[in-house]
Amino acid sequence: MVELTIDGKTVEVEEGTTVFQAAKSLGIKIPHLCYHKHLLPTGACRLCLVEVEGARSLVASCACPVSPGIKVMTNTDRVINARKMVIDLLLSDHPQDCLICEKNGDCKLQNYAYQLGVRSTSFKGERHVYPIDSSNPFIERDYNKCILCGRCVATCATIQRNNVVDFAGRGFETRIATYFDRPMQESNCVFCGQCVGVCPVGALTEKEAKFKGRSWEFSKVTTTCPYCGTGCRFDLNVKDNRIIKVTPSWDAPANQGRLCVKGKFGLDFVNREDRLKTPLVRRNGELQKAGWNEALDLVAKKLSGIKEKHGPDSIGGLCSAKCTNEDNYIFQKFMRAAVGTNNVDHCARLCHASTVAGLATAFGSGAMTNSIDEIAGADCILVTGSNTTENHPVIALKIKEAVNCGAKLLLFDPRSIELADWAHLHLRQRPGTDVAWLNGLMNVIIAEDLHDKDFIRERCENFEAMAETVAKYTPEYVESITGIPADKLREAARIYATAKAASIIYSMGITQHSHGTDNVLCCANLAMLTGNVGKPYSGVNPLRGQNNVQGACDMGGLPNVYPGYQKVADEAVRAKFEKAWGVKLPANPGLTLTEMINAAGDGRLKALYIMGENPMLADPDINHVKEALQSLDFLVCQDIFLTETAALANVVLPAISFAEKDGTFTNTERRVQMVRKAIPPVGESREDWQIITEVSKRMGYKMVFRVPDEMPVRSAVKTAKGYRMAYRIPDLIMAEIAKLTPSYGGISHSRLEKEGGLPWPCPNPTHPGTPYLHGDKFTRGLGLFSAIEFKEPAELPDEEYPYTLTTGRMLYHFHTGSMSRRSKGLDEIVPEGYVEINPADAADLSIEDDQFVKVSSRRGQIDVKAKVTDIPPQGVVFMPFHFAEAAANVLTNPVLDPVAKIPELKVCAVRIEK
Amino acid sequence: MEREKTDKLQAVIDKYKGVKGALIPVLQEVQDLFNYLPDEALRAVGKGLKVPLSRIYGVVTFYTQFHLVPQGKNSIHVCTGTACHVKGAKKMLERIESLLGIKDGDTTEDFKFTLKSVRCVGTCFLAPVMMINEDYFGELTEKKTEEAIKQYN
Ligand code: SF4
Ligand code: SF4
Ligand code: SF4
Ligand code: FES
Ligand code: FES
Repeated sequence: MVELTIDGKTVEVEEGTTVFQAAKSLGIKIPHLCYHKHLLPTGACRLCLVEVEGARSLVASCACPVSPGIKVMTNTDRVINARKMVIDLLLSDHPQDCLICEKNGDCKLQNYAYQLGVRSTSFKGERHVYPIDSSNPFIERDYNKCILCGRCVATCATIQRNNVVDFAGRGFETRIATYFDRPMQESNCVFCGQCVGVCPVGALTEKEAKFKGRSWEFSKVTTTCPYCGTGCRFDLNVKDNRIIKVTPSWDAPANQGRLCVKGKFGLDFVNREDRLKTPLVRRNGELQKAGWNEALDLVAKKLSGIKEKHGPDSIGGLCSAKCTNEDNYIFQKFMRAAVGTNNVDHCARLCHASTVAGLATAFGSGAMTNSIDEIAGADCILVTGSNTTENHPVIALKIKEAVNCGAKLLLFDPRSIELADWAHLHLRQRPGTDVAWLNGLMNVIIAEDLHDKDFIRERCENFEAMAETVAKYTPEYVESITGIPADKLREAARIYATAKAASIIYSMGITQHSHGTDNVLCCANLAMLTGNVGKPYSGVNPLRGQNNVQGACDMGGLPNVYPGYQKVADEAVRAKFEKAWGVKLPANPGLTLTEMINAAGDGRLKALYIMGENPMLADPDINHVKEALQSLDFLVCQDIFLTETAALANVVLPAISFAEKDGTFTNTERRVQMVRKAIPPVGESREDWQIITEVSKRMGYKMVFRVPDEMPVRSAVKTAKGYRMAYRIPDLIMAEIAKLTPSYGGISHSRLEKEGGLPWPCPNPTHPGTPYLHGDKFTRGLGLFSAIEFKEPAELPDEEYPYTLTTGRMLYHFHTGSMSRRSKGLDEIVPEGYVEINPADAADLSIEDDQFVKVSSRRGQIDVKAKVTDIPPQGVVFMPFHFAEAAANVLTNPVLDPVAKIPELKVCAVRIEK
Repeated sequence: MEREKTDKLQAVIDKYKGVKGALIPVLQEVQDLFNYLPDEALRAVGKGLKVPLSRIYGVVTFYTQFHLVPQGKNSIHVCTGTACHVKGAKKMLERIESLLGIKDGDTTEDFKFTLKSVRCVGTCFLAPVMMINEDYFGELTEKKTEEAIKQYN
């Protein structure tokens, strides 16, 4: 500890603290332009100058570490004059455009000029006249206002690690520039917008927010991103019930102010004109506007009728990985208690059903074992089947941070994705051969005696059976299956096994296979074999796709479990829920999503209630899905847009978007975080949970929410007589969830608001949450090794269909595109789908870049533009699945993993023609 | 890029791979090879040395020795500093522009001359001044300017 005095006050701070930080801890604010708490100090602007007794010149406090006994003065005439001079000089080459500047009111230069009373510059000299760059859809650059603080440069280099901009030129010509001063869209910029977030002046601004409001006109609401499972938090800036822009929330636990383009610039779908505003009812074959009562009555009547005639199991429900935990809890309660069936599932079936099944078998709990933050601390990161930079961009930053600190990245991916540039080894397996190389790694580790025998003995079981199976997977044998060179596989195995903390990160490239559960079990085997689980930094980390897919699973949006993965088949559990919900519950597990679609096709399922899902684009073999949905007697869709699926419905119910909701999402690291209402419902749309309780009531099952003892009253509600304090129903729903779900036992909205998000298990109100799982023992007790043999994918390329198609996502769009494709900027930058083809294959087929090609499989055919690139290896083509007009899932194979019932979306055989 | 040059470029990059502080010497050698720094060559340097392109651009634009456009055999620097300005530097510049048929900053089609206006070259007592390569020409008139240039033709 170091003691010093600042402005006469004595303070003790840790060694290495800067004078700036020490002053801050005393509540003394020192003006600063280039310093930012998330960046290393550069000392560029000299505004933070202070006087140190005995020192000859003034020092920049942001870059000056404290030393014992120094006396610092932050406020002397000398200091003030120096600061005035800095501002004066900056103003000498600055357009005083405050009248129409977007940054007015939130500009550091303006604020300090005001505080220091610098009205205008006393220097006369040349001024820059740079053209304003507004050529990309997201960021406007006006370098006439740039004060060369370097924050954008440092942010892009040290946080986003893209190095899009840097200082260029010298002297008066010094400027911030991209390579060759080109527009940003021609650089490697990913439009994360973080440079905009740190720019202290009006040089970098959000293009779409221009002239739409000033900082003091916005109400700011901190909430959670509705796109991917990273769970980034940010501030919605709202004016006149519209989201004008998104600004960083620097203390957010999962993302620390970082965002990707979707969270930063892709939320304009909320205020789109084509939001559903009233219920729609199909009359004479056409969807027509209807009142709420009519629509709700009709839904209740139809469902009750079908239930009576065909039994409750003729009805199915899809809840939603996009909706809140509270919505999903109510939905599955409705299906189970009001309809009386366990036929409830959601799109997790299509992404991580094999994770839930596999990791539950091996460890007892099917979720990420570690927190996102821990990734940065691993020494070895094995990434497979995750194009992290595009699909979980903010998590990818942690991987890059780890590599930057010396961690070794092992990338197993057929495609040359961006992470390949960061990888120590990039090994390109033939698609669908993951069990083989995973077994190969374990073969090497055991053969070279690198396994953790103590861990295996004390914490695991069934090791011998696994070891026996992998014995035949020698690197040479594995090479013959996967194409991965044997010596490289050996090298990878050694790196993984000898790392202090090794983490496996995977995603849909592992799960979406007919042997997806096997793949997951192999990942678990590998981690247990080397003792790389149950401690900080190391573990098995499936990255979940949707914002709340973790939560939708946690809430029992699955056919075999109640909230908290409590089995419906378990009598004691069932009795607990029967008591809580006051009704007899069905004992047999229900149908999965994929099975429901099939059951609809062959007439066993009569009605389907879909909340916020779009199987018409997300599911494999879309042509079959369409036929199945059309043969239902009754289809209800509850959504924010008329999706491809909703267009087929008998009744469409307009729901509110995330920006209009209170509730919680659970991100991929199991962290439960608040979602906050920022604008009132659009049109007549209603909260999802509310719509469901209305239908439920009409079907004779009324849901009542009890106020637990000691719950604070937390919301002001407007009534005819003025304001009245009331409970928010989502708070009460969470209270019911906590009561029935041990892992959510200590979670409440008031805690989340105070503590900023809690990772489950969080069993009681004083428990701090659990960043990493399986600490002293596995959730299931002992970790279970499984002996897994390699199986080929169900459909291999042959003469007729010679290419392997693999599908996935890309940075600028999300899932079925129902949100991202309605965002102006995202749609402008990537307006259409494409198929990636290796240049050698393109030459064989004499296909050129940007040319339309026909891609066909045994199930269907689509026309799509070719993108000739060496990202996929020869023989493999890749398509993103977001685009309805070029829907990859027309082609994919619906064959299922026998355990998890997940379809094989990652491998099928296709033909390509001009 | 011609084959021979790309091979040489690669050789330069390979020579400096993994060497600290190699960027400037590499850029110098690359410029010797091409007489300027072409986009593709810089990309190859960036990839080979693992230096971000924006950083390379920053360095290239910081040092006046580096050129991003092809340079003529002779460089003409016309001073437009205050003293020369007062003494009619602008006229001289225009004269050269019309003589060579190019604008300030450009290079003639036959790559003989590159014309560039610069700030004070430090010989104000001779204003207006220009430099051709390393040689100074002072107290310029239009005629003197023309004659000076002809010497290099
Ligand atoms: S938007 Fe992101 S990637 Fe692009 S320049 Fe700014 S910080 Fe870098
Ligand atoms: S653009 Fe903004 S952040 Fe970047 S150097 Fe200029 S003022 Fe600083
Ligand atoms: S889409 Fe994912 S990474 Fe991007 S801002 Fe939203 S949560 Fe973060
Ligand atoms: S804030 Fe310290 S030098 Fe800029
Ligand atoms: S101004 Fe031209 S030489 Fe000084």
